[in-house]
Amino acid sequence: MMSIAPGYRAAVACLALAAMTAAWGLPLAHAKELRLLNVSYDPTRELYQEVNAAFVGHWKKQTGQTVVIDQSHGGSGKQARSVIEGLEADVVTLALAGDVDATAASGLIARDWQSRLPHNSCPYTSTIVFLVRKGNPKGILDWGDLARAGVAVITPNPKTSGGARWNYLAAWGWALGRPGGSDSSARELVAGIFRNAPILDTGARGSTISFVERGIGDVLLAWENEALLVTRAMAPGKFEIVVPTASILAEPPVAWVDRVVARHATERVSRAYLEFLYTPEIQEVAARHYYRPTLEEVAARHTAQFPEMELFTIELFGGWSRAQKVHFADGGEFDRLYRGGAR
Amino acid sequence: MHGTALAARSARGELRAAHLSEPRWVRATLIGVALVFLGIFLVMPLALVFAKAFEGGISAYAAAVSDPMALAAVRLTLVTSAIVLPVNLVFGVAAAWAVSRFEFRGKNLLVTFLDLPFSVSPVISGMVFVLLFGASGWFGPFLQDHDMRIVFAMPGIVLATLFVTSPFIARELIPLMEAQGVAEEEAALTLGASGMKTFLRISLPKVRWGLLYGIVLCNARAMGEFGAVSVVSGHVRGRTTTIPLHVEMLYNEYQFSSAFAVASLLTVLAVITLVVKYTIERRGFE
Amino acid sequence: MTDGATARRASVLPGFGLAMGITLTYLGLLVLIPLSTIPLKTAAMGWDRFVEVVTSPRAMAAYRLSFSAALAAALVNAVFGTMVAWVLERYPFPGRRIVDGLIDLPFALPTAVAGIALTTLYAGNGWIGRVLQPAGIEVAYTRLGVVVALTFIGLPFVVRTVQPVIRDLRADVEEAAASLGAGRWATVRRIVLPQVVPAALTGFTLAFARSLGDYGSVIFIAGNLPLVSEITPLLIVIRLEEYDYPAATAIAFVFLIASFLSLLAINLLSWRQRRALGRA
Repeated sequence: MMSIAPGYRAAVACLALAAMTAAWGLPLAHAKELRLLNVSYDPTRELYQEVNAAFVGHWKKQTGQTVVIDQSHGGSGKQARSVIEGLEADVVTLALAGDVDATAASGLIARDWQSRLPHNSCPYTSTIVFLVRKGNPKGILDWGDLARAGVAVITPNPKTSGGARWNYLAAWGWALGRPGGSDSSARELVAGIFRNAPILDTGARGSTISFVERGIGDVLLAWENEALLVTRAMAPGKFEIVVPTASILAEPPVAWVDRVVARHATERVSRAYLEFLYTPEIQEVAARHYYRPTLEEVAARHTAQFPEMELFTIELFGGWSRAQKVHFADGGEFDRLYRGGAR
Repeated sequence: MHGTALAARSARGELRAAHLSEPRWVRATLIGVALVFLGIFLVMPLALVFAKAFEGGISAYAAAVSDPMALAAVRLTLVTSAIVLPVNLVFGVAAAWAVSRFEFRGKNLLVTFLDLPFSVSPVISGMVFVLLFGASGWFGPFLQDHDMRIVFAMPGIVLATLFVTSPFIARELIPLMEAQGVAEEEAALTLGASGMKTFLRISLPKVRWGLLYGIVLCNARAMGEFGAVSVVSGHVRGRTTTIPLHVEMLYNEYQFSSAFAVASLLTVLAVITLVVKYTIERRGFE
Repeated sequence: MTDGATARRASVLPGFGLAMGITLTYLGLLVLIPLSTIPLKTAAMGWDRFVEVVTSPRAMAAYRLSFSAALAAALVNAVFGTMVAWVLERYPFPGRRIVDGLIDLPFALPTAVAGIALTTLYAGNGWIGRVLQPAGIEVAYTRLGVVVALTFIGLPFVVRTVQPVIRDLRADVEEAAASLGAGRWATVRRIVLPQVVPAALTGFTLAFARSLGDYGSVIFIAGNLPLVSEITPLLIVIRLEEYDYPAATAIAFVFLIASFLSLLAINLLSWRQRRALGRA
């Protein structure tokens, strides 16, 4: 058999050529531009479209630089894992502090990230409400109705979506607050709700589409901003919002990713971008997209849009790190209660 | 005996004698059923792409196709193909040469391995690269330390596409080269030509049509690959979305017209691929 | 002819070393090493967890759907594809060449484009859907949709495998049968089909293999409801999105093994069928 050494050399040469071309392809193409990647959770597409356009103009006026902002949207948990696995986010705007904590734990974000921006790094908040079809044919009025037989509940997958985890904890917290409520009654309720879920999409927007466009399910457990988006903009007249007797204050935080901004030399612009979210102008934009602004003066102007609700917070569960560990980690409450059905 | 028989072969376009063919009604029914089947499965989807693409009018079509995100997707798709095609070309020709010109132990095994990417689900094809190069993969820590990104970046997309399209050119060439035989090459060698010269001047030109079709098919697949790229890409619009991923994104956001408009780009490419094949076959697959 | 010559004169032609070197390096680095991650990662998982994941109701439902839909689609293609091949080769009709060229469309069209086109076509308000839905036939977002998508994907395989065989059928044998008094149907049944069926079986196998793991064409038209209309590749993707790599790898491993085994089984069956027909 003839020597195959020349073959190896040729092959290595080809592969090296390909590798060089590939390495050239991505980074150099963007070297000259100032680019920011905002890795966000699922429903914020429209919000950041408007915010980004405003920021680009604002930054240009302030510094003369042109900045390009790329967006990535998906279930918050999934997005956090992607960043940990190497997705180069300059800023993360996720659904819950737990996901940003997880990213911080991997060394990418400073541990004290939450105190770096006002209101615990939450420029806007929201809550969880129900979206039902017009006329509320199944008569869904409160959390208890969701576990009834014959009701199909649409919620995303808590393993990937932040909204889904807020849904879960809102139900659990409501059950705890009932007379005679306990962990076991809460567990029963939440298990019943997930038993009634025919499909678990990866993100909140996916669930919205399954419910609204594909017509699956009787009730959607949704971010308040998603529900309002549907009833005001996406499909007015076809759906109704049902506000439960109690729900959870959902606080989606934002943070810049220290390791990445250091590498990309984008710390200044990333910081400015996140601080921009707290300006009255952008707080108005948030309210327009149905997010509850945290700036008091702006919030005061929009009380009509956001009804008074009985809201408990994540503190009921001891904070996100505890909630994640108890409920959503491998082998936690969710894994144990989610039997049969889709798991 | 053969006076009335018009054709001895079932060559294209030639009528067969009555006793060698089916009764008229059978023929009509079969043609009808075949055309309805093809009409439903092939023609309608093709027509629908273009109908939906232009549903909003020419300006909506132009807007969708010239959208910066769409253009970024086109750029990424083209760069990926530009890398994948030459690499797979070299590999395909080398593999075809080895398999069709020589006998050796383990040849059957090699051919099976050549076909392997063909029978692996695209999702799995992408997944293996995440398992290799993702942060928790075999090479993950090494890549992190050296600040290199493969998954969620273009190199990952290129690798996944290389994997999926690797069999195409070899599969086109092997049967062709086996059927053609080596008489010309041997003649050239006996006349004193070097191996490389023989290869370039005799062997390659002999297979040029098969090679061309293999390249065109490989290109169509490389540009259209979805499952494998979806798994490694990270789906960052404007950065790591190829045309198929961009189409998916638009479709999932219920921007149907735009989705089909961008999809029509690859559909036109598909039609061009078919035309190329048709032309090759008509002009002569020598 | 020259094939035997190739074998005998292997050492005369140059380039074996170079060609094999390139081939082996490329295959090793790009195909074999990456694929080996699957069994290796699965092995690291622990037997109990492995069994729990791959035999879960959701995984079983996904395998069932993937395999049954691929089989059904390949069957449809075997029957109709043979018919199409026959029509294309034997019956001249206007536009035949164009139709013949169109057969390769599923090869050339991206799977995602096929996916959204088929879904839009068969959805309730689509061109075909609006005809079928009043009749109670739901295609989009059901298992039937999966079969339709996989039929599209596998269509060229049967046609292209059977066409050359029909083309090469020797008319003189048919002539002889006719002259001996055999009716047309008898001739077809006993002379033509035994040659065509093996090719159709090969095409069936190829169509099955190709459509089994397809993702892009199916993901839009399937309902993607767990336990009902979720294909195996989607389940793998969902586990990947949850970053549950062990589960994703385990399901992929089982799916790969099952795919290879079923291909082997079909090949064996068609080989035996070929032998039986050869003897008849």
